[in-house]
Amino acid sequence: MEPGYYVVLAAVLFTIGAVGVLIRRNAIVLFMCIELMLNAGNLALVTFSRINGTLDGQIMAFFVMVVAAAEVVIGLAIIMSIFRTRRSASVDDANLLKY
Amino acid sequence: MTTADVLMLALGAVAVGAAAAVVTTRQIVRAGLWLVVALGSLAGLYLVLSAELVAWVQVLIYVGAVVVLLLFAVMLTRAPIGVSEDLDRSRWPGLLIGGGAGLGLAALLIDAYQWSTVDLADGAGAEEVGAAIFRSWVLPFEVLSVLLLAALVGAIVISRPDVSARVGR
Repeated sequence: MEPGYYVVLAAVLFTIGAVGVLIRRNAIVLFMCIELMLNAGNLALVTFSRINGTLDGQIMAFFVMVVAAAEVVIGLAIIMSIFRTRRSASVDDANLLKY
Repeated sequence: MTTADVLMLALGAVAVGAAAAVVTTRQIVRAGLWLVVALGSLAGLYLVLSAELVAWVQVLIYVGAVVVLLLFAVMLTRAPIGVSEDLDRSRWPGLLIGGGAGLGLAALLIDAYQWSTVDLADGAGAEEVGAAIFRSWVLPFEVLSVLLLAALVGAIVISRPDVSARVGR
């Protein structure tokens, strides 16, 4: 196996996600881009786990997935409550801490 | 080139294309559906890496749960289903910063691995992964379950306006 392919793919996916977070404005699309970045990190973790022949990387990938699920739930709840008060899902509109 | 390499390149191309579509499409629902393609091909890549349990958990949690949640949020925020034009900020600063970060990351990783070849050990099945989780990683696992409970309660408290109103009264 050539780990170079996998780590470069992980870097490319991470870059796409990061550019997406920087240029998109809708909070839900932002979440999708964050998921892409987390998945790129997971791919790198699983690759390193296979290179080293240990399972630690794969187990960390599980933990990342679970934390990502929790993060999506909380984030969507926040988006919902911002949407309820501001009538908008754009991150540029949420510029006050208290409404 | 072995079969695994060919599969990896094909799945990687699908993943990159779908991820680029998530970032560039003008329709939010389509972005969610492209995300399914990207995450699914990543699950395929985990299979190529013979990390089977990670692949199935990826399908269950990401494709099954996270994307459905995201699509629910799209519907609940009444986002426009058709083409929406105001999705982007000015793009050059973001492209510059993101592209620079990506290039740096790729250079670092390529320098670390130098296109070397590694002999793979046998892949571990669910049994080995389960044993590792419940032996050496059991404390983080338990902490994670507390985190999930906290996220559950927190999401309910945040998203129900009447709860905080009643407490404030």
